[in-house]
Amino acid sequence: MTSKVTRKPRIAVFKFASCDGCQLSLLDAEDELLGVAGAIDIAYFPEASSSMLKGPYDIGLVEGSITTHHDAQRIQQVRRQCKTLITIGACATAGGIQALRNWKDVDEFIRIVYATPKYINTLKLSTPIAEHVPVDFELRGCPINKHQLIELITATLAGRKPNVPTYSVCMECKRKGNVCIAVAQGVACLGPVTQAGCGALCPSFDRGCYGCYGPMESPNTESLSHQLHILGQNNVEITRAFRSFNAWAWQFRKAGEENERM
Amino acid sequence: MSKQQTRTIKVDILARVEGEGALYVKLKGNQVLDVKLKIYEPPRFFEAFLRGRHFSELPDLVARICGICPIAYQMSAVHAIERALGIGIDPAVRQLRRLFYCGEWIESHALHVYMLHAPDFLGYPDGIAMARDHQAIVQQGLRLKKAGNGIVSLMGGREIHPVSAAVGGFYKVPSKSALKELVDELTWALDASLATAHWVSGFDFPDFEQDYEFVSLFHPEEYPFNEGRIVSNRGLDIDATEYEESFTEQHVQHSNALHSVLRGRDSYMVGPMARFNLNFGKLPDVAQQAAHDCGLQIPCRNPFRSIVVRAIELVFACHEALRLIREYEPPPVPRAQAAARASTGHAATEAPRGLLYHRYVLDQDGLITSAKIVPPTSQNQKRIEEDLRHFVSQVATRPAEEITWKCEQAVRNYDPCISCATHFLRLQLERD
Repeated sequence: MTSKVTRKPRIAVFKFASCDGCQLSLLDAEDELLGVAGAIDIAYFPEASSSMLKGPYDIGLVEGSITTHHDAQRIQQVRRQCKTLITIGACATAGGIQALRNWKDVDEFIRIVYATPKYINTLKLSTPIAEHVPVDFELRGCPINKHQLIELITATLAGRKPNVPTYSVCMECKRKGNVCIAVAQGVACLGPVTQAGCGALCPSFDRGCYGCYGPMESPNTESLSHQLHILGQNNVEITRAFRSFNAWAWQFRKAGEENERM
Repeated sequence: MSKQQTRTIKVDILARVEGEGALYVKLKGNQVLDVKLKIYEPPRFFEAFLRGRHFSELPDLVARICGICPIAYQMSAVHAIERALGIGIDPAVRQLRRLFYCGEWIESHALHVYMLHAPDFLGYPDGIAMARDHQAIVQQGLRLKKAGNGIVSLMGGREIHPVSAAVGGFYKVPSKSALKELVDELTWALDASLATAHWVSGFDFPDFEQDYEFVSLFHPEEYPFNEGRIVSNRGLDIDATEYEESFTEQHVQHSNALHSVLRGRDSYMVGPMARFNLNFGKLPDVAQQAAHDCGLQIPCRNPFRSIVVRAIELVFACHEALRLIREYEPPPVPRAQAAARASTGHAATEAPRGLLYHRYVLDQDGLITSAKIVPPTSQNQKRIEEDLRHFVSQVATRPAEEITWKCEQAVRNYDPCISCATHFLRLQLERD
């Protein structure tokens, strides 16, 4: 903090279609929360506060994907109110698990879940925020890593580039000293194509990475699909592996569709 | 003030709940004409896109229904699949699942008691503003929450959407020594929970009681998490397989969450108050004594006192977690193997907010052909509306601002998780 700061930066948190987990990460930063709250002005965060101040805001954090006409309009207003717009989590950055509808007939989905389909108003696709408005930074993960979130907010306020690596989970896994479960145990693992950030959790728990941080920068999904075949996975299983929380991220989408066609 | 005066009060968003909803109250004079808890959280169609997925993927997929209580979804799912496939779990796995659930209850209850609900009683917009005057208290709440999260991240790798739960057990189980590291903090948390119960019991509670039908799991030997029959204070006593014969869901226009009712009866309440009233005798002495010291009646019928009940459940969960850690011996294998077969499985477990029912139908390859999930908030939805209907008439002569505040508080009594039930509450009070 310098003496030039005359007012605290104003932060807002917005929710679209999501599970609430990523904004909860802010409240899960138990040790940092009161410190962060002292350095910034949390102007709008309805899940945590009934005091909701009007924009403009210095930073807008957006959780969730766009799935309704109303939300497609609301995100335009949100963008206009925020100097810096940051999307957090797989829903906001890739459409989320609810983007599985994008390969199905949404009207049939409505009939499966709801008795009176005409009461339900939804779009055919679940899409990431960046398909609707310009986004300044996308923080990946399902859920996001709270330490990456704190780093991102700090870096944005300081006007520097955040330290959020775009390499693969394999890098984190090696650094942790894990024995490669794909090589040693023949377990199907998406680590080679998935962005780091989780701390290589799944391989540390004796299971394959399931891709919840989405595609790394320039992933070789074709080569991984080939390896998964060698490990005994069929096309249907490989398609399912690419189709989870980041199914609509274009690299995973392409990989899933290629395997589906085979 | 004239009785027929027309007033319209609108509050854009009811805050401090998980999800997006609105509340609509219509009054003529002081008579309540209509109450609607509107849920406009966009539907995400979990039950539809689960079709065609393999049962082994379920714990990861259903966790994403709710970032606040992912373990609850994982637990109901794995138990339903285990029942479908006839898999027995190791007693040590059973105990570990209880410990996992303790972590989620502590994290979720501490968040609600301190950050979401207590500000209502003390007149603050949020926990952070409350911390300016009550810093030590809020820090205690955050540390308590962290103690719960400590269990979850040790056992599951992270607080939100942990990665260890699997059909048949866990991908990896903790060592005895790893769990022992939690003991000091949980010992502190047990004392802090007792202090929490004492603190919240001194709040000012509206004089408001309702004749509820309480519904929860009941187990002959323990306070329920994953096992037990579904019972009520009015004679309901069924297995999870009979759930859909006794309960039905209604689709109403103003909500993207389905309303649950008991067939032939009506609305009912699930959650901490229901569990507490139906299972009081199963609480450890320390929790029973704390409940008496806090002046809780059994049964407790004042929903505003649910904050005290949540604190008692914090006491229980910390005590139980310490017991489980003390007695823990790792299972011989982390999980039982499961062979696929065409089958149907049902399970109900106790999420922090109440009973969570799942049913899955599997084909011979273990792929899901049908799924049904009934979250606690959709079961409480109709009951919340009824509480409001009665409560508003009791406070209708008060100034609009006060009515609004109290109504929001009455909704928060249930710690509604609208993301689960489908999510922002917007309160709109209209006078005709």
